[in-house]
Formats: sequence, structure tokens, C-alpha cells
Amino acid sequence: MMGKHANKVVGSIAEALAPLRDGMTIMVGGFGLSGNPEALIRGVVERGVKELTLVSNNAGNLGKGLATWLKAGIIRKVICSYIGGNEDLHTRMASGDVQVEITPQGSLAERMRAAGAGIPAFFTPTGVGTVVEEGKEVREIDGRRYLLERALHGDVALVRAAKADRFGNLRFWRTARNFNPVMASAARLTLVECDQLVDNGAIGPDDVHLPGIFVHRIVHVPEHENAFEYRTVRKR
Amino acid sequence: MTYSTEDMARRAAREIPAGAIVNLGIGLPTQVADYLPEGHAWLHSENGLLGMGPFPFEGEEDPNLINAGKQTVTVLPGGSTFDSAWSFAMIRGGHVDLAILGAMQVSAGGDLANWAVPGGKVMGIGGAMDLASGCRRVIAMMQHTTKKGEHKLVARCDYPLTATRVVSLVITELGTFEPTGHAFRVIDLAPRVTREHAEGATGAPLI
Repeated sequence: MMGKHANKVVGSIAEALAPLRDGMTIMVGGFGLSGNPEALIRGVVERGVKELTLVSNNAGNLGKGLATWLKAGIIRKVICSYIGGNEDLHTRMASGDVQVEITPQGSLAERMRAAGAGIPAFFTPTGVGTVVEEGKEVREIDGRRYLLERALHGDVALVRAAKADRFGNLRFWRTARNFNPVMASAARLTLVECDQLVDNGAIGPDDVHLPGIFVHRIVHVPEHENAFEYRTVRKR
Repeated sequence: MTYSTEDMARRAAREIPAGAIVNLGIGLPTQVADYLPEGHAWLHSENGLLGMGPFPFEGEEDPNLINAGKQTVTVLPGGSTFDSAWSFAMIRGGHVDLAILGAMQVSAGGDLANWAVPGGKVMGIGGAMDLASGCRRVIAMMQHTTKKGEHKLVARCDYPLTATRVVSLVITELGTFEPTGHAFRVIDLAPRVTREHAEGATGAPLI
């Protein structure tokens, strides 16, 4: 018998995604197109699962990333904080094909952090006196009003890391980190796509951004598109 | 003569004390950064960046170093990157001194509406509610009226709210105004903007 943390490195995206089933709640890291597990996202469409609940800050943009799941019609519900110019999501929401739950960005992150930390719900000031308050318990604590937000659990998290060792200790690059660590902690099964795979010990214990206890399968994907959403520069 | 957007950004920059941690909202507030002396304040971006620098030089842009508007940016010496939960702990925990945010409506009581137009396309909340209710001070930067001339500084917001009683200052092309409860106090008016003009453009009393 093998423990959950033996032999995490798998040889293919298909092998990593084998446990996916119809109707699962899948959390996908990224802020827009930044920090996306690109190969895992593509692999889910090829895997052929459907009726998914997607947890993502934006659910893709510019027709790329998770917008391909919307186009493929494999999503039943999206839990996100922002739609903006994501026309694929606007279209599917307007037609009623996809149900959308909009959550303030900080509450979305904290709901997953809470899930990963074994906290079933928490009180937050965010959203008090707004539509976000509707249907939620409100309590006054030390003279200020707070509303109760519940933990958000996932069946699977798809995570993008810059570097992983074989135990799954991760390092991220710049703002590609975003929701990836909290999603890894909030899901029962975390699949990581890493740019670089190294031996255990190559990442010093003090340099680990996310400990490998939150990681279950690792695929090494050296090449990524890393699409720009808005390329803004200044002249020299 | 009304303030240009550059004047408004310059005016907003004057509200930022040295060494402050500041979050600049998407759109108009982003320009405030152009009027801050180098090293004056630390800019926070809610996608997970503190110590945000200007846009990168051509050829140095990194798709994984972006601001909350998903524009490519840089990070200054002393800057740091972190995950979304940490980023919003900074905001919700009151560690961010000031947020300068765009607004669709602000009430005399300091209520802020900046995420949805009734009957319009739903764009989502993003970090707006967390920033508005979590940052220690909130300044709204906005056009004084809609393109059709409808009031945006109002007695009571009728757009969906972002947070209640949070705005401490409103900067528009007509001047600077402080929500006091039932009225807006005039802090300053743009050159040659009369009080009568400002009164006509405001949906609540001016004091």
C-alpha cells in the first residue's frame, strides 16, 4: 500500500486528469490569463468531462484560457469575482447555459483559504449593505456589521507553478501566484503543472512558497504561451 | 474652466502622504501614479503585488507581472509578490492606508456605487467591495455628472452599492468635495467654476 504522497510526478496531462468526473467542482488558478495551468486547461476539454462547476477569478478572457471551456459547453456554473470583457462568459450567462455566482475577490480567496484551513465559515465586512449580503447571516461584532461567508471546497484544483520538486513543494513567479496556493489547499485533489521540475532538496525549505502537502500530482510542462492581456510599455 | 483628468490625478496625488500604502483603482485612478515623486508611496495591486513600478520598457514586459487591470507593470526594489489571500488580508485587515477608486455614484453620506449600472451588462465586483470596505481611507475620482448630465454626486445612491459610508473625499472635474452626511462640503473648485455651476451639477446640497 502506498501513501497519498508517493510517486506524484506523472508522465502526461491525460494521466494527471484521469480522476476527473462529470459534475465536479474544479478550481483553476490564474488572474485573467496570468498564471494559468495552460496544458491542464486544454487537457480538460480533451478529457471530455462536462457539467462542471468552475471556480476562477475571471473564467478566461479574449477567447483564451478557461474561455475555451465555455466555448466547449462543459461548464454548468461559474463562481468568479469579475467578468469584465469576457464575452464568452457574457454570452453563456445571457443565454442561461451557465449560472454565474459573483463573489467579491477577497471573499473568494478567503472562502478557499478557510476551506483549506478547516474553517467552515467566517465573518467579513466586505459586502455589508450590498447585494452580496442577501441571504447571508449578518452579525454585529464590537459595533461593526459583518456577514457570514462559507468556506468554498473543490473536488480538484488545477495549479500552475514556476518550479516544483518531486514532493510538490512549489515556487511561483511574480503575480502568477494569485489564487494558485489557496486553491491547492481547498481542493481534495491538486494537480500541478510546473515550468521546471527539480529534485527534492533543490528548493531550500525556507524558499518554498507552497508546501507539497497540498499537492497530489505533478506534470512537467516546459513550454507555455503566457498570453498577454494588455501589453502596456513605456518608451526608453 | 474645469479640471482635466491630469489635473484631477495631480489633485489626488496631493492626498497621498509620504510612505503611504496606496491602491489605485482601474481606469482614471491609475494615472495618479504619474504625479507621485519617485519613492513617495508604495503602490499595492490586489492581484498580489506591493511596490508596483511603472509600465516596463518595450521588450521587458512579462505577462506574469501585471496589475489588477491586467496591464504589464514592473516591481520596484523593496517590492514583493504574494497570493490573493495575503493580498486581501492586507486590504481587509486595514493595512492599506488609502484606496483611490473610480465611481459611478457617491452619496452625501459617503456611500459608494462603482460596480454595476442598473439594467447594464454585469461586469462583476472584482476587488471593489473589499477595497472600499477594507482600506483605511477611500477617495473617489470621477466625472461630476454622466454624459447625459445626470447627477453622480447624489443624496442617495440608486445604483447597486459597493460599500456604505466609506468615501471621505470626491475629486471631479469641478473640484474637490467631502461627503458630510446630508451634504457635500466644497473643499476647492476648479479655476473659474462657480459655486452655482457646482450646485446645479450636484444632486445634494453643497456647504
